Amino acid sequence: MYRYDEFDRDFVDGRVAQFSDQVERRLSGELTEEQFRPLRLMNGVYLQLHAYMLRIAVPYGTLSSKQMRMLGHIARTYDRGYGHFTTRQNLQFNWPALKDVPAILKDLASVEMHALQTSGNCIRNVTADHFAGAAADEVADPRPYAEILRQWSSIHPEFSYLPRKFKLAVTGSPNDRAAIQLHDIGLEVKKNEAGELGFAVYVGGGQGRTPMIAHKVRDFLPEEDMLAYCEAIMRVYNLHGRRDNKYKARIKILVHETGASEITRQIEEEFAEVRKTEQLRLPEEEIARITAYFAPPALETKPERSGAFEAAKADSREFAAFAENNVSAHKRPGYGIVTISLKPIGGIPGDATDVQMEAVADLADRFSQSEIRVSHEQNLVLPHVALDDVPALYAALVEYGLATGNAGLVTDIIACPGLDYCALANARAINIAQDLSNRFGAPERQKEIGELKIKISGCINACGHHHVGHIGLLGVDKRGEEVYQITLGGSGAEDAAVGTLVGPGFSGEEVGGAVETVVDTYLKLRESPEETFLTAVRRLGQKPFKEALYGAA
Amino acid sequence: MSAPIQKSAAKRNAATQIVTANRLLDGVVVYLDPAGGWTDVIGQARVLESEAHIEAALAIGQKAAEDRIIVEPYAIDVAREDGGLRPLRLREAIRAKGPTIREDLARPVAA
Repeated sequence: MYRYDEFDRDFVDGRVAQFSDQVERRLSGELTEEQFRPLRLMNGVYLQLHAYMLRIAVPYGTLSSKQMRMLGHIARTYDRGYGHFTTRQNLQFNWPALKDVPAILKDLASVEMHALQTSGNCIRNVTADHFAGAAADEVADPRPYAEILRQWSSIHPEFSYLPRKFKLAVTGSPNDRAAIQLHDIGLEVKKNEAGELGFAVYVGGGQGRTPMIAHKVRDFLPEEDMLAYCEAIMRVYNLHGRRDNKYKARIKILVHETGASEITRQIEEEFAEVRKTEQLRLPEEEIARITAYFAPPALETKPERSGAFEAAKADSREFAAFAENNVSAHKRPGYGIVTISLKPIGGIPGDATDVQMEAVADLADRFSQSEIRVSHEQNLVLPHVALDDVPALYAALVEYGLATGNAGLVTDIIACPGLDYCALANARAINIAQDLSNRFGAPERQKEIGELKIKISGCINACGHHHVGHIGLLGVDKRGEEVYQITLGGSGAEDAAVGTLVGPGFSGEEVGGAVETVVDTYLKLRESPEETFLTAVRRLGQKPFKEALYGAA
Repeated sequence: MSAPIQKSAAKRNAATQIVTANRLLDGVVVYLDPAGGWTDVIGQARVLESEAHIEAALAIGQKAAEDRIIVEPYAIDVAREDGGLRPLRLREAIRAKGPTIREDLARPVAA
């Protein structure tokens, strides 16, 4: 993992001291709320429905066991015993008192964590594939590049007051688990024909009220030009992005209004300028220095097949389901990547208690080289687990209510905090996720349905990624009532697509039944159990689902 | 602070209102009470039934914001029900009671 150097440490400690002073000045009356608001937001502190909310950055979703333990400590000491993992791989605490935030930030800094750039019109936390450094299908670990981008973008003076927030994601695999085409800039690490590393560069994707799939502006950008090219994109955006209308201020609108070929021309022109100075050329030694922090752990050589793992699968149906859904292929034989689902049946997506956080930290120490990942699907990941150890890990997870074997299935639902917590929301999202989880929770039913990603947002800002749900639900306020619109056929993966609205919305009481109707229609019409929901929707179109929901026209 | 006040001012024709805000120190949801203090129990809120009373209550809220007791005061519509007060908007009902999906964190609402 990346370790802070002297500069990082001084910088973060300096910000803690600065914000502590700002909180003190706010409480003493020296700063008004209007003056204080932008300062607290720059440090991840929001004021939500019930209380302040602190959003903590988890750069590229990587956590050490020590850091996770500290999050558990903060949850217990300063909050109400739990935290919420978000779709940007971050963690939110829902109840911190403003007066306690300086102490929380100090605790975070002691484990090299902070809440910087988790809000505001700046470059936000850079996200990455949650299987980074472990996935069997990986070309290269994306995290060194994400870390370089983090360093470059942290309080970058030119990009601290952008027209709007700006999000980057990096994947190191052609199977996109980081939703790069739904980001302002998405980078896919790849190799060219000569075997050199570089990136496919995507620009102008995003969700929110105007969902758009990004345009590929470069099929192969040499590794050394990553920062120069990103700087060029940012400059074009900073210069031409709209500042007159916040709803039209994201780069996706600029790309859309300017046209992909013209924006590419402008980026390339700016890139040629930036490149002339050579200042942003990434030296090989610097890439090597950062990459060394992410060196693969020294894993013992193991045979591909684990007798203990196979025996446990044969012994227990629950374990077999866990092994099938929650254990993914590792690049080393005899190892697996274990997804710890934060989606217990009927539970709150993404929430973990202090005790669960500490348990995951302990299990990471025992079984996964002390490494943990947070996924944008609101789950946790132990990236390096010997298959021999999975039965013991599973048994420990059962004790803490963390052994739900539903990763990627219909109950592995993404939901934003919605109107239960969020000041921006128009409708609740969590209760709908719970209803659906209970409806589809039976193991046989989930297995029969197979891969199906349901994503729920409580407002058009789309923190619940509903646009890219295979089934997406958007909660809206219709004359004081919560109404849920259903979209079908979205995807955040390499086959990225924005879902299509199927018809008029349903009330909170009706929407669970409506989703069941959609799923039953799929089961009836699929060509075989191998045809996934998404494939079937793409083949069938909306018509049969519309008819099942609303009757034949 | 001015925006929420203006927003509620536009809805002054509602019959019954109370004034709410978040406490500065910890962000907890509070309501103006009859004594001019701030309570976290909606049932103890000062009930406002005329435009003049709403205006006066918002002025107290403004002063409390300046005095760093609360932030962002605004008026909300409520109905008297079973001896208590029920916010008419779901958002405010959730603010009054706590997250609907965490009954263990529910706030007291009765006076």
